[in-house]
Amino acid sequence: MTKHDLKLVLQLFFRSARLQKKRATLTIASLAWGTVTILLLLAFGEGLKRQMQSNEQAMGSNLAILWPGETSKPYKGLAEGRPIRPRLDDVDFVRARMPELDAAWGEVTSWRTALTYGRKTVNAQVVGTCPVYGDRRKQFPKPGGRFLDPDDLEEKRRVLFLGNELAKQLFGEEDPVGKTVAINNSPFTVIGVMQRKRQSSTYGGPDAQHGVIPETTFKALFGRDRLNVLVIRVKQPEEMDDALVRLNQVLGPRLGYDPEDTRVFGVWNTVEGQKMGAKILLGLELFFGIIGALTLIIGGVGVANIMYAVVKERTKEIGVKMAMGARRRWITGPFILEGLVYTLVGGLFGALISIVIVTLLGLIPSEGNDVLEFLGKPTLSWPIGAATVAILGTAGLLAGYFPARRAASIDPASTLRYE
Amino acid sequence: MSAADGPVIAMDRIRKIYDTGKVRVEALKGIDLSVAAGEFVAIVGPSGSGKSTLMNLIGCLDTPSDGTYRLAGEDVSGLSGDDLADIRNRRVGFVFQNFNLLPQITAYENVEMPLLFGGVPPKKRKERVEELMTKVGLADRMDHKPTELSGGQMQRVAIARALAMNPDILLADEPTGNLDTSSGGDVMGLFTELWEQGRTLVVITHDMTLARRAGRVVEVRDGRIIKDGEAAA
Repeated sequence: MTKHDLKLVLQLFFRSARLQKKRATLTIASLAWGTVTILLLLAFGEGLKRQMQSNEQAMGSNLAILWPGETSKPYKGLAEGRPIRPRLDDVDFVRARMPELDAAWGEVTSWRTALTYGRKTVNAQVVGTCPVYGDRRKQFPKPGGRFLDPDDLEEKRRVLFLGNELAKQLFGEEDPVGKTVAINNSPFTVIGVMQRKRQSSTYGGPDAQHGVIPETTFKALFGRDRLNVLVIRVKQPEEMDDALVRLNQVLGPRLGYDPEDTRVFGVWNTVEGQKMGAKILLGLELFFGIIGALTLIIGGVGVANIMYAVVKERTKEIGVKMAMGARRRWITGPFILEGLVYTLVGGLFGALISIVIVTLLGLIPSEGNDVLEFLGKPTLSWPIGAATVAILGTAGLLAGYFPARRAASIDPASTLRYE
Repeated sequence: MSAADGPVIAMDRIRKIYDTGKVRVEALKGIDLSVAAGEFVAIVGPSGSGKSTLMNLIGCLDTPSDGTYRLAGEDVSGLSGDDLADIRNRRVGFVFQNFNLLPQITAYENVEMPLLFGGVPPKKRKERVEELMTKVGLADRMDHKPTELSGGQMQRVAIARALAMNPDILLADEPTGNLDTSSGGDVMGLFTELWEQGRTLVVITHDMTLARRAGRVVEVRDGRIIKDGEAAA
């Protein structure tokens, strides 16, 4: 393409575009519609994905939860079927021997424990654990409160962190922080209340409905420190398999079981679930994407169809132009340009409409609305934009290319003579 | 004229074969034709004689299967695509029976079209279009669309368009075929006038009135030239 070619193609394009405003408008509208469809589908998919991921990860990510069980292999003269019950100090041992872990903690649990505030008593679960639990399990305090800290453990303080729903049951609208709650008739000071979160997976009950106290205090109060669960968190998901093998190598000799015995602990490896969830979501997004792309391609086919009709209608005009010395690319150029401009303008309008819709939907409050909380907010992202641009561009090129090829194949000699 | 020293059209043993795979038609069976600058040649012959094919070849809308064709001294028989398009733009002006004006644009824009293809700058284009429209007597109809013009006027616009790039030959295919006697007379008058001004004209026609105005009549039959000479009175 020389400069002359480009100038001519543009001139010819504008001369012909001027003559068919209605057709251009309708074509652009159909493409805008297709763009809105694909963008909204993808935006809903993305919103759903983010929402599901955040629900899923409300429990924390990269975790493995281990329930102590029985040995399934004999070890150093000990028979199989021996119960293995790690204690809180075994967790310290794991931390010391496995510095590669992001965190490790033990949880000791008291089910259906009486918590009393004033005249009100609620039976709930009380967990004894250590400060890392708060961050890693995404139990963040509401403003004005805090989670457990190392001093609480050190000094066996009688402090209590409440799940938000439990707090509401006990205190109603009152601010619990600083108040005293009796656990099995021992007074505890409430130091914080968990921020509301939407949690889709749990072990041992939703975080909103339990209370957390220092593990040292738990031991003193309930007189036991055998773990209900041991939890480890790795820094990267791919480190989990090795970490679980290594954990048995560390704990086996200490607790007296074969490190090869993988059935001592019941393991919930959340990394597996994360992977599966990611696959399902990817599938979902692909599905939405394909539907959207098909819609958009229908729009593109529509444009191609119209362009074909235009080519046919202008066969004679094309012949005349060729007789007057138009090169083939001066004929095909405006057609391709027309297809591209239609898709570009249509895509732009569609994108604008989608952005407006998504923004408006984002303004609807989702708090307390189960459907919206599950669906999440439709979200437009750069990859979605890029994918749409790619599909639109392809559609536009095809919509212009095929009719243009047809136009180029016109034999001027045969079109010029009689009607 | 760029090739004043030689013939404008020099065809040597031109053959044209249409081969669709199943059917093989030899439309032109060896044409030798030489047209000097300033000649007015009428090509006559019955339908199917090959005169349309001959016109397509002369106008570089098509290329011969065999033989050589020199247009204004330039061998065009082997050219294709863009080169032929450029030749048509610079060297040939077409006038058709059905005018073939582009219906959606004005007379002015129709005449301007070849200048656009030829890369003539805007100011010169304007001057040239106005000059040509004046020459064909339609200076006051420049902003009319073809549908707003009479047949005779349309053909005069078409002639103005054909002359836009100042071509070596003016090639007309039944230019009076769709016109009434009076308009046809006007167009014939315009052709004569152009001839007298030194233009080279090749006209394909059934119209013996028009053919008689030409200085030379070439009769084509069955793909061959069977008669070539002075117009019979």
